[in-house]
Amino acid sequence: MSDVKTCACCGEVSEEQLLLQLDDVLAQNRSKEGALIPVLQIAQTMFGYLPKAALKKIALTLGKPYSEVAGVVGFYSFFSTMPRGKHLVRVCLGTACYVRGGKQVLESFRKHLGIDVGQTTEDRMFSLEVARCFGACGLAPAVMIDDDIHQRVKAARVGEIIDQYRKEKKPAKVKTQKKGGK
Amino acid sequence: MKLTINAISVEVPEGTTILAAAAQAGIKIPTLCHLEGVQSIGACRVCLVEVEGAKTLVASCVMPVMEGMKVYTNTKRVREARRMVVEMLLSEHDGNCQTCNRNNDCELQSVAFDLGITDITYQGVKGRNEVDASTPALVRDNGKCIKCRRCVTVCTQVQAVGALFPQFRGFKTVIGPAFNSDLADVSCVQCGQCAAVCPVGAIVENSHIERVWAAIEHPSKTVVVQTAPAVRAALGECFGNPPGTLVTGKMVAALRRMGFDVIFDTNFTADLTIIEEGMELLKRLTTAVRDKQPVALPQFTSCSPGWIKFAETYYPEFIPNLSTCKSPQQMFGAIAKTYWAKKAGKDPKNVYVVSIMPCVAKKFEAQRPEMDDSGFVDIDAVLTTRELGRMIRQAGIDFNALPDEDYDRILGTSTGAADIFANTGGVMEAALRTAYEVITGRNLPFEELHVTPLAGLEGIKKAAMTITGTLPEYSFLEGVVLKVAVVHALGNAKRIIEEIKNGEIYHFVEVMTCPGGCIGGGGQPRLTDNEKRKKRIEAIYKEDEGKKLRKSHDNPKIKQIYGEFLNMPLGKTSHHLLHTEYIKRERV
Ligand code: SF4
Ligand code: SF4
Ligand code: SF4
Repeated sequence: MSDVKTCACCGEVSEEQLLLQLDDVLAQNRSKEGALIPVLQIAQTMFGYLPKAALKKIALTLGKPYSEVAGVVGFYSFFSTMPRGKHLVRVCLGTACYVRGGKQVLESFRKHLGIDVGQTTEDRMFSLEVARCFGACGLAPAVMIDDDIHQRVKAARVGEIIDQYRKEKKPAKVKTQKKGGK
Repeated sequence: MKLTINAISVEVPEGTTILAAAAQAGIKIPTLCHLEGVQSIGACRVCLVEVEGAKTLVASCVMPVMEGMKVYTNTKRVREARRMVVEMLLSEHDGNCQTCNRNNDCELQSVAFDLGITDITYQGVKGRNEVDASTPALVRDNGKCIKCRRCVTVCTQVQAVGALFPQFRGFKTVIGPAFNSDLADVSCVQCGQCAAVCPVGAIVENSHIERVWAAIEHPSKTVVVQTAPAVRAALGECFGNPPGTLVTGKMVAALRRMGFDVIFDTNFTADLTIIEEGMELLKRLTTAVRDKQPVALPQFTSCSPGWIKFAETYYPEFIPNLSTCKSPQQMFGAIAKTYWAKKAGKDPKNVYVVSIMPCVAKKFEAQRPEMDDSGFVDIDAVLTTRELGRMIRQAGIDFNALPDEDYDRILGTSTGAADIFANTGGVMEAALRTAYEVITGRNLPFEELHVTPLAGLEGIKKAAMTITGTLPEYSFLEGVVLKVAVVHALGNAKRIIEEIKNGEIYHFVEVMTCPGGCIGGGGQPRLTDNEKRKKRIEAIYKEDEGKKLRKSHDNPKIKQIYGEFLNMPLGKTSHHLLHTEYIKRERV
């Protein structure tokens, strides 16, 4: 096995290193029937997303057309070809949140972050997604950032929330709640 | 098995589909995704029929017959269901028949007509029409795609390329390259078999019609046209003639009336290819057998540009095995702008060379950057058989009423060996006709010179021949068993290469990209099935047998060009003008 070097400045493993690790994963799986989806899942866990370089390597090694591998990745929503940011912002658009301004909140996040749903900011700090109900309907509209639920979010205050994460400080007054309450 | 279809009794073998049984009974069931022998997936739902006792309508292309089955293909329920399916397709179809490349040649259009659709009840959201014109050979338009998947199956299973696949899901689904990127960004080999099977205008050739008209009308250009052997056996279909109608003379007459200045035949350079490629093979055999030196064998033929790109991409380790001969199309361009231009007193700068090809990959080949050995771009424009058909209509020519006319002189003279370049097994047979005679001084020992084991539509054909009675200079080949193989469709090319990698020995392998060879090319009139392939091949053999000269080395004009210009096969001028090199390509 290749010994894995980590990046000196942030302790993260570089993508090139991960591609080498992917070789090992592929070596173990290449002759198995139906290996594509499990390999994609492992790769996504390794990289945090599915970079094109990894997909091409997977296609080549498993002897599948790249178009087919891409087709499978695009078919299942749990696969992502976008790198995930450090913080994952999920704006709830469940019925309650939607009618109480969730859409405006989402719009505000898009504007402030300068990205669309499914994208990641260039500095890789934030990814933006839409969710359907965290079970926090009583205090809609809700936004989940990483593991924190923010409730009664106002579109006008979105900038502040983002700044707090940018500075790596968690907001003081927010109650955290486990997913799936109620 | 016995069953009735619309009360007509039919008897078919077990495993036959209802669709096939109906065809046998002379009943046409419409379909938009079925491709005989290639794809039966029941995806388009147009082939629905009613089976007595079954609750729902069934897709006849995937449903096998059963003993005593009673099938109805023309009930009100069936008609309404089919109509609804097609109306749904049309409601999402972002097309406009009047301005579409497929107008009058479209399966969706004709199915809609046959079903009597006069109004579309549904208001669907149109697909995104993103036009991908990134490649030299093809244009894709997702807005017209009906997601029948024929292209996917052909590209993946027949051609072993897999450039196309359904991307994304639900309403966003598009049939295209990975992540719906441009075709130019993936390893598509430009064969155009996708365009040949697409029922609609979602994948078509990149048209050169306008630039050819412009050249014809240009005051100082001399427009020279060459016609590939396979075109003459299929062009007639564009004008309602049955498959296999030979229209060589009418085609020449039409080209002359359209305003082309000089009408030549790619057959001439097909004969030239045989001389060069045959001598190249003998050279390789000499190196291997007499000199016992390492040399790349088998030699693969190189006239099929889709195959060349396939080898460059998927099997670059076999690049040394590819014959260095350019394809006849490219040899023609290089000769027309040098030898012929000089003879005719033309400035090659003003010579515009157009090819009529059964192929779309020839459009790709013509723009390969190295194809300028004449000092100019060797080939200026490439038209498919279908495009020529359209241009003849545009010119208002009544094709079927034309007289037969002859090609112009020098580059219009050819032998029967050149005609058979059009079909699988033909290049091999033509090469053997010449090589055998060079080695032994005798005729190839086959009736009518046809190497029967190498003819026909089987995907991989093999033959072994013991060489005896050699002439003195080739005595080192005495008793050598010459092993050859012929494959068509790239999936079969892949199979033979895997065999070779596993140690199987061949000396010479012919590869044609398209099923059946060029007669089944990506630029031929649609829809090519095996019946049509057979008919077109029969026509080509008839053309061959009808010629006085049947062997390339007997072509007097070939002798003349070596005498006046090329000097000798594989010589310096040949090397410069008629041979080429290949590049390794990244596989995506
Ligand atoms: S693809 Fe067929 S139905 Fe669609 S616009 Fe073109 S001709 Fe008309
Ligand atoms: S041109 Fe050939 S290789 Fe390219 S997408 Fe079409 S079928 Fe596939
Ligand atoms: S591009 Fe043509 S062949 Fe391919 S799925 Fe669409 S309609 Fe069918």
